[in-house]
Amino acid sequence: MKVTVRFFASVKEQLGRELEEIEVPAGISTVGGLRAHLRARGGRWAEVLAETRRVTAAVNQDMVKPGAAIKPGDEVAFFPPVTGG
Amino acid sequence: MSNNPSIGAVASFVGLVREVAMTLEHYPGMTENSIRKIAEEARSRWQVIDCTVIHRYGDLRPNDQIVLVAVASAHRGEAFAACEFIMDYLKTRAPFWKKEHAAEGSRWVEAKSSDDDAAERWRLRQGATKP
Repeated sequence: MKVTVRFFASVKEQLGRELEEIEVPAGISTVGGLRAHLRARGGRWAEVLAETRRVTAAVNQDMVKPGAAIKPGDEVAFFPPVTGG
Repeated sequence: MSNNPSIGAVASFVGLVREVAMTLEHYPGMTENSIRKIAEEARSRWQVIDCTVIHRYGDLRPNDQIVLVAVASAHRGEAFAACEFIMDYLKTRAPFWKKEHAAEGSRWVEAKSSDDDAAERWRLRQGATKP
C-alpha cells in the first residue's frame, strides 16, 4: 500500500526530508511498523527514528500511539514532542 | 462574546515571547483540527458559552503575542478552568514547534515534562470539575 509520510521540525531538519510517498511492504500495518521500516534505511534514519528518541506520530492529522493502524492513502506524520502555546 | 446576557465571566490568557526571537513551525490542517478538538473538549467539560483561540506561527520577536485563549461562561470558575485547560492541552496536543534564535545559534526548544504533567492532571480530574 501507498501512504504519504510527512516530517516536521527537528525530525524534518535532521532527515533532510519533508514529504515522501512510500510504498509500504506487505506485513506492515501500524505506525510503529512504518517507523521501524524507515529506521531500517540506516544512517540518519536509524538515528532520528531510534526507539530511544521521543518521536510523535499522527495518522490523518490525529496524534496516535505506535500500535495505530495505517491503511492505503493515509497521511502519516512523524515529529518531535510539540512545544507551542 | 458581547450582547449575551447569560455571560457573567470572561477569562483570557495571552502567551508572549520571552527574551529570544523564535520561529514557530506548525502542521497546517492538523493545527486547526487540534485546536477545534481542544475547544470542543472544553465545551464538553464546562459550561462554555463562547471561546476563541488564536495561535500565531512564523517569525516572532520578544514581547510578541504567541497565543490568545478567551473563554466566556456564566461564572468565573468555569471560565478560569476552561481557559487553563485549553492552554494546557494546546501545549501538549497542538502541532507547533518553537525554534529559538539566540546570538550563539538557533535551536529547537525541548518539550517540558512539566507541560505533560499540567495536561495530565486534567485527565485525572475528568468529571471532578464538571458541574
